[in-house]
Amino acid sequence: MSRKTPFYQAHIDAAARMVDFGGWGLPINYGSQIDEHHTVRNAAGMFDVSHMTVVEIKGKDARVFLSKLLANDIAKLQEPGKALYSCMLNSEGGIIDDLITYYLTETHFRMVVNAATHDKDMAWLEKQVGGYEVTVNERKDLAMLAVQGPDARQKTANILNAEDAESALALSVFQAAQIGDLFIARTGYTGEDGFEIMLPADAAIVLWNKLLNEQVKPCGLGARDTLRLEAGMNLYGQDMDETTSPYVSALAWTVALKNEREFIGRSALLAQKEAGLKQKLVGLVLEGRGVLRPYQNLVNEAGAIVGETTSGSFSPTLEKAIAMARVDRDIVDHCLVDIRGRKLPVRLVKMPFARKGRVCDGILD
Amino acid sequence: MNDVPGDMFYTESHEWVKMDDEIATIGISDHAQGQLGDVVFVELPEVGDAFTAGDPCAVVESVKAASDIYAPISGEVVEVNELLENAPETINDDAYGEGWLFRIKADDPSEVDGLMSAESYVEVNSED
Repeated sequence: MSRKTPFYQAHIDAAARMVDFGGWGLPINYGSQIDEHHTVRNAAGMFDVSHMTVVEIKGKDARVFLSKLLANDIAKLQEPGKALYSCMLNSEGGIIDDLITYYLTETHFRMVVNAATHDKDMAWLEKQVGGYEVTVNERKDLAMLAVQGPDARQKTANILNAEDAESALALSVFQAAQIGDLFIARTGYTGEDGFEIMLPADAAIVLWNKLLNEQVKPCGLGARDTLRLEAGMNLYGQDMDETTSPYVSALAWTVALKNEREFIGRSALLAQKEAGLKQKLVGLVLEGRGVLRPYQNLVNEAGAIVGETTSGSFSPTLEKAIAMARVDRDIVDHCLVDIRGRKLPVRLVKMPFARKGRVCDGILD
Repeated sequence: MNDVPGDMFYTESHEWVKMDDEIATIGISDHAQGQLGDVVFVELPEVGDAFTAGDPCAVVESVKAASDIYAPISGEVVEVNELLENAPETINDDAYGEGWLFRIKADDPSEVDGLMSAESYVEVNSED
């Protein structure tokens, strides 16, 4: 029996096709996931993301604790409300999880981690507390809704009073604020503008219904996956895990090595760089007909395996199959994908594939 | 599951078969297209291909997943639905009509008697 989020009844009322996702009952779609995808690229959609784990990091040592815990540098957060995307690494440089941390006050940071990794994340966080004067507490009382798309911010503002609407619209990218009952963050996982909103669970349905009235379309996990894939955003457990470092996961940009900060995984990452990296995570576009899927082999002209897809799907924006793949570093431009024994040409591209309602430059020939 | 046509036969793997003398038209059920979601690609057999009942003979791919289609009865492919090459979503829109996949000339038309009736098909899938 899957756990129910505070929006569960709203999904049922909207005729969602429900699936179990990491132990939670969530909508895969409400009809057509392609329609939902296009709605987010062109208007506004909403996703129940209440399954994600919200963790409060509080105490005198909150910042130094996070400085040791995260591969990205928490010192980058100097303005209250600002958010930072980072990997949390093990001592071998493998990725335990990817997460967002919000700076609220010097003694209070808020972290959002993945649902599927909940247990190991909480265990890791508690283990690392050690001698730090810091507390780690999960917020099980919150619901979370992502409102995404070019119209998402305005439609959200429409349901707020004038003062709150102004505060919400004033948020810069990767900034959050507590606005009335709502903790509103200008973040997302779709490649579109929008908000991720945390709120008390008992206020969830009211918010949902107000947004429905603004013609914000309910969207499921299916559209969420094709949107994040087009946006070139990794999915934990699929495109990266504890056996892969940020360097082979297209996340080198999230690793802050410039100063002498000692974070967990640092020495392993330096050693990897020293030894030379053998693989990279790239974007693929299938030129012909067919659909790319995870775990398809990539081969060279001679038939030797040179990599494997990690995520793959039909891209509604490109109307072609796209994928992320981990390949040998010396593979450039193109290779072949093995789909049920047929070898089809794929082109390597620089991600993202699509963002802000349109296909990115260099993705289509 | 209320609108399963009564003049067709069904398999446990969700194909339907409609017989017209010895020619069998084959597709996937409305229930199956609903489970798959938006269909974006269909790999069909070639005219002239011969299959034994149970052989994988086509692939229907949605955004979500790839699904093998199995020959419900034995025979030779005499026609494929060319419409699906450019409009695979027809399967979502009209699974029992315009969204048919291919036609085979049955080796033994009575083979369909071993398949399920509409009533049985509905009953088998009512637990979903």
